[in-house]
Amino acid sequence: MRSVVTQAPAAKPTLRIRPTKGWAALNLRELWSYRDLLWILVERNIKVIYKQTALGMTWVALQPLIAAIILAVISGVVAKLPSDGVPHLLFVFCGLTAWNYFSQTAQRSSNSLVNNAQLVSKVYFPRMLIPLSHTFSALVDFAVMLLMLFIFMAVYGVPPTLRLAAIPGFLFLTAMTATGVALWFSALSVKYRDCNYALPFFLQIWMYASPIIYPTSMVSTKWQPLFALNPVVGFVEGFRWSVLGRSALNPPIFWVTVAMSVFALLSGAFFFRRVERDFADII
Amino acid sequence: MSDVALSIQNLSKSFRIAHQRGGLGGYKTLHDELMILPRRLIDRLKRQRRSTSETFWALKDISFDVKAGEALGIIGSNGAGKSTLLKILNRITEPTRGAVDIYGRVGALLEVGTGFHPELTGRENIFLNGAILGMSRAEIRRKFDEIVAFAEVEQFLDTPVKRYSSGMYVRLAFAVAAHLDPEILLIDEVLAVGDAEFQKKCLEKMENVVAKEGRTVIFVSHDMDAICHLCSRCILLRQGEVAKMGNAADVVGAYLGGERDQSPEVDFAPIESEASFQFAGLYNPKGQASAAFSADEALLLKSSFAVGRQIKGLQLSFAVFNFKGDQIFYSTISMAKPAISVEAAGEYNIAAVIPGRLLLPGRYSITLALHTPKTKLYDRRKRALSFRVVGTIDDSYDGFAEDELGHVYADVKWRRSEEPSRLM
Repeated sequence: MRSVVTQAPAAKPTLRIRPTKGWAALNLRELWSYRDLLWILVERNIKVIYKQTALGMTWVALQPLIAAIILAVISGVVAKLPSDGVPHLLFVFCGLTAWNYFSQTAQRSSNSLVNNAQLVSKVYFPRMLIPLSHTFSALVDFAVMLLMLFIFMAVYGVPPTLRLAAIPGFLFLTAMTATGVALWFSALSVKYRDCNYALPFFLQIWMYASPIIYPTSMVSTKWQPLFALNPVVGFVEGFRWSVLGRSALNPPIFWVTVAMSVFALLSGAFFFRRVERDFADII
Repeated sequence: MSDVALSIQNLSKSFRIAHQRGGLGGYKTLHDELMILPRRLIDRLKRQRRSTSETFWALKDISFDVKAGEALGIIGSNGAGKSTLLKILNRITEPTRGAVDIYGRVGALLEVGTGFHPELTGRENIFLNGAILGMSRAEIRRKFDEIVAFAEVEQFLDTPVKRYSSGMYVRLAFAVAAHLDPEILLIDEVLAVGDAEFQKKCLEKMENVVAKEGRTVIFVSHDMDAICHLCSRCILLRQGEVAKMGNAADVVGAYLGGERDQSPEVDFAPIESEASFQFAGLYNPKGQASAAFSADEALLLKSSFAVGRQIKGLQLSFAVFNFKGDQIFYSTISMAKPAISVEAAGEYNIAAVIPGRLLLPGRYSITLALHTPKTKLYDRRKRALSFRVVGTIDDSYDGFAEDELGHVYADVKWRRSEEPSRLM
């Protein structure tokens, strides 16, 4: 054809579009160049969640508080589970602070792509930003819970220690795992809407399989290695250790958690990259 | 330094159309997949792949280059592959085969207001939408005032956009997108929204982008007027293939008029209606069927139709359109003097004379209709006939571009005003 014969472009193309097959690179550089969009999406998530509610941001504090009270009553009063000698409410709230961040990130981002189908099918940007934005916006809820946790500590007379400085580290691990789970579920739910319905149950089971309302010490030593494969165990325990100083942080558990977090994030990211090319066609 | 902005080589895109097999409205559920898994495995073992889906090629082997600073129009009927092509260029979807090389930053405006969130205010949405379209925060801040002024929404900046009128919504969305600064701008059908005044403003802005700022624009539209206006070159897509490429007016003309002269006589397939067309034809003053007329020649339009029962107020009418799709004039049988009634059941043969020295040289099409005005449409044949008007009426019309002459030939009488009038 005539048009093809025209002079060969001398300059290097800014962008080459070719069909891709199999696994794709993560392309972190592009992700970084879109960081402004990420922050704006994060901002949007935060603003939208509690808009047009009478209590507004108060819900961020109210929801976990009520949940913690219910769980503390069930575990402490009804089931009489041990709590490593810490007041029950404080014990549960501490676990819930870590857990809520994890589950909220996973839950909000799992149907985020479908909710933003308009965007995905009409505009180009790294799709990963949409689930990723929830990893960041859920930090607001986490910060509020952390603040409440400090108030609880003061009320129960638990002195703060230097160990608190480790919280960001554990938070980072939680974020990695949560993002990994979020990437898996958000990508899957583009093709299979079932995932949105399955995830709440999945998370509920996951919560009871994690030491939120009971201490790890309750699990028999025989099962501990298996138990430790659950990355949530590591960071809930780590979190309790930073705040209450009671849970003996078991180094093997910790390293398994680190490995599992990295695995969750990387597998999620690569899976997402592999299937994202079809999103616009099937969403 | 090459002056190619975009180069497309043998680009193809296929979609799999899954044949519906239960499930909710096309979405596959995990359950469905699991249920057909054993069958798939057996089929694979038997080496006969049961075809549960069909491949549809939305684009077939498309190749062309776009020069830097060029405005290229893409036209074609629905499903011709225009939007798919833009989506590939904008990386929303991947090609199945072929390659695209792009030299410069791409910005796209594929649908107005896609990045808007109804709960957020106008101000917040400007930042959100701008970032989605690929602008940095600083860039948006710099252009903020300009965007707001263009959209004319100053006093509603802090109102959630869900309370905006649809006009305001569209204005704001277009304003954000129009202030993008890409080297290559992809635009799909955005001018089809908003009121006439705003459409005009948008078109002016687009012209500015093309002519003054010298950006490369790829513009998909059904608005043939806008295509002719903005684009120097145009591509006609038909069923995923490049059917024609060249000068915008030629390609648009080919699209609207059919590439060759159509047959001047058409037999219509009957439709289920109480009144329906059977035949239409165009004839020159010598009585010969023709699709080409000289400018001062009259056209004879003949049509035959059947009316199944008495229909009160039934009218036969037709409209003539130019190559851009603008309607030139309309005529209906109720204008006939003496009156002709087509209300009674029966078959009719009706002729209408379109006078000479009315249409400028160019391509035209005729749409026919049987209807009771403002109540019911019994039969309409869009672009049933097409014809060309060739040659010029007189020499003084030579040398003008088609656009400059307007829509009709006006037989204007000129004189010095102090001369005694011969006409009035």
